[in-house]
Amino acid sequence: MRSDLEFINRWIQANIKVLDLGCGDGALLDHLMRHKQVTGYGLEIDAAGIQGCVEKGVPVLEQDLDQGLHNFDDQSFDLVVMAHALQQFRRPDLLLDEMLRVGKEAIITFPNFGHWRNRMHLGLHGRMPVSEFLPYNWYDTPNIHFCTFDDFRDLCHAKGIKIVKWAAVDGKLQDHWWTRLMPNLLSETAVFHVTR
Amino acid sequence: MPDTIPVDSVGLVTPQVAEFNEPLALACGQTLANYQLVYETYGQLNRDASNAVLICHALSGDHHAAGYHTMADRKPGWWDSAIGPGKPIDTNHFFVISLNNLGGCCGSTGPTSINPATGKVWGAKFPMVTVEDWVESQARLADRLGVQQFAAIIGGSLGGMQVLSWSIRYPQRLRAAAIIASAPKLSTQNIAFNEVARQSIRRDPDFFDGDYMDHDTIPTNGLGLARMLGHITYLSDDSMGNKFGRQMRHDQFQYHYDIEFEVESYLRYQGEAFTKRFDANTYMLMTKALDYFDPAADHDHDLAKALAPAQCDFLLVSFTTDWRFSPQRSEEIVNALVKAGKRVSYAKIEAVEGHDAFLFPIPRYMDALRGFLQRVSPVTQENSHA
Repeated sequence: MRSDLEFINRWIQANIKVLDLGCGDGALLDHLMRHKQVTGYGLEIDAAGIQGCVEKGVPVLEQDLDQGLHNFDDQSFDLVVMAHALQQFRRPDLLLDEMLRVGKEAIITFPNFGHWRNRMHLGLHGRMPVSEFLPYNWYDTPNIHFCTFDDFRDLCHAKGIKIVKWAAVDGKLQDHWWTRLMPNLLSETAVFHVTR
Repeated sequence: MPDTIPVDSVGLVTPQVAEFNEPLALACGQTLANYQLVYETYGQLNRDASNAVLICHALSGDHHAAGYHTMADRKPGWWDSAIGPGKPIDTNHFFVISLNNLGGCCGSTGPTSINPATGKVWGAKFPMVTVEDWVESQARLADRLGVQQFAAIIGGSLGGMQVLSWSIRYPQRLRAAAIIASAPKLSTQNIAFNEVARQSIRRDPDFFDGDYMDHDTIPTNGLGLARMLGHITYLSDDSMGNKFGRQMRHDQFQYHYDIEFEVESYLRYQGEAFTKRFDANTYMLMTKALDYFDPAADHDHDLAKALAPAQCDFLLVSFTTDWRFSPQRSEEIVNALVKAGKRVSYAKIEAVEGHDAFLFPIPRYMDALRGFLQRVSPVTQENSHA
């Protein structure tokens, strides 16, 4: 399992109903279904990801998340998960609202654009960062709404969303005392557990 | 004609007939005292009868889904691309049953059969049958073949409606349901298309209110027109455009009403060919079965409530250019299944073929079907337990 999914997995309780947005090949849900008796669905738009889910027996629905979650009832899931996808949508703020409409809680991970290496790239080279973790050029990137750790926290505050728990982790998804000290500068990936 | 049978074909097959003498009470209020169903099977039923797959056909389909009847056959069965050894519906693992539905014209009791009560052809007097009636008759065929629980039931279009009905009426009798290019009920526009098709048949002077066989004729014009109309709705604008464009029969306009454009010739051919293999009364009856299907109607028009009893895993597939049974219609079923908390997966397949896409071996579609069915194959299940 991808290391960020492994990290999220530790935050998820057993016997709950989960909606996984941008679930990829269903690795997280597959693990949760088999080891934590979780039920739920993944939403995905990538054909290879959907096929991976079908082969694993993970319920997956082909759905464009830019159209929202209109087909799901209010508070119909215990938890909505979105790993490394928030920055790919047209209106991440509205999607966040949708996540907390259909789910009681949400766990979101995203690449922290405020990480010092990104700042260096932009500050020193004057170019949009391209790295192993963010391997795209500015013109072909699916990541159209990058934000920083602090940006997201501000958005939650502005919307009155409660941050239950957060983590600031490095590229290997390790939680260090120093990344917690200055998450906006030192974390490569931000993890937020939020609720209304 | 195949010179040799392809290795991934089920090969030569012989249709079989099952006779039923237990009366079947139909939704329309009438009862069929006895009837027969013609069917084919591919693959072997395993010892605990856990590997059976039922194929439900669409409006103009029949029991001949795969393989060849003789070496002289021009084409294999209608879904040969999906059924066979190594194919998505893998006959190395599954025992596949495909039947001609009641009211059909390919060997099962229908309007062209003899009514034992009168000794004459049923014709228009054959009772109307519904999707639910078909499911009942299919369940009896399953009993006859020793199948208590299907590994999967699969169908496209009208066939998908039968699968949906199975999942509600006999939740214990299937582990998986694949519903392809289907809908939870017809839209107004769909009913309207069906009505035009029926009217074109009924207004043919050779129809004789459905008793044309008594007059030794068939309503060729009406049935052909109905098929032409239907055919247009099964294709997408693009697929017709790609196939024919504005190709013309002659170099210049002839300024007459005979064939100018190739698409006209194609439609006429399709219409005419259909009248040689299909019965007008059956066509009427099948379109009515489509119109009447609405499993939510008895549940406050709440499909999720109707689906509450379902227990199987579902796979829903739609095709982007299908406007007769559009992706939105499949999504209505998906959303109701989600609401009802059922296990469902849904794939919207990019395809140019329109509604007809469900009959084409489109790689992503075939992969999804294969992946889904592997989960319910007894072979896979044994291996995963090992």
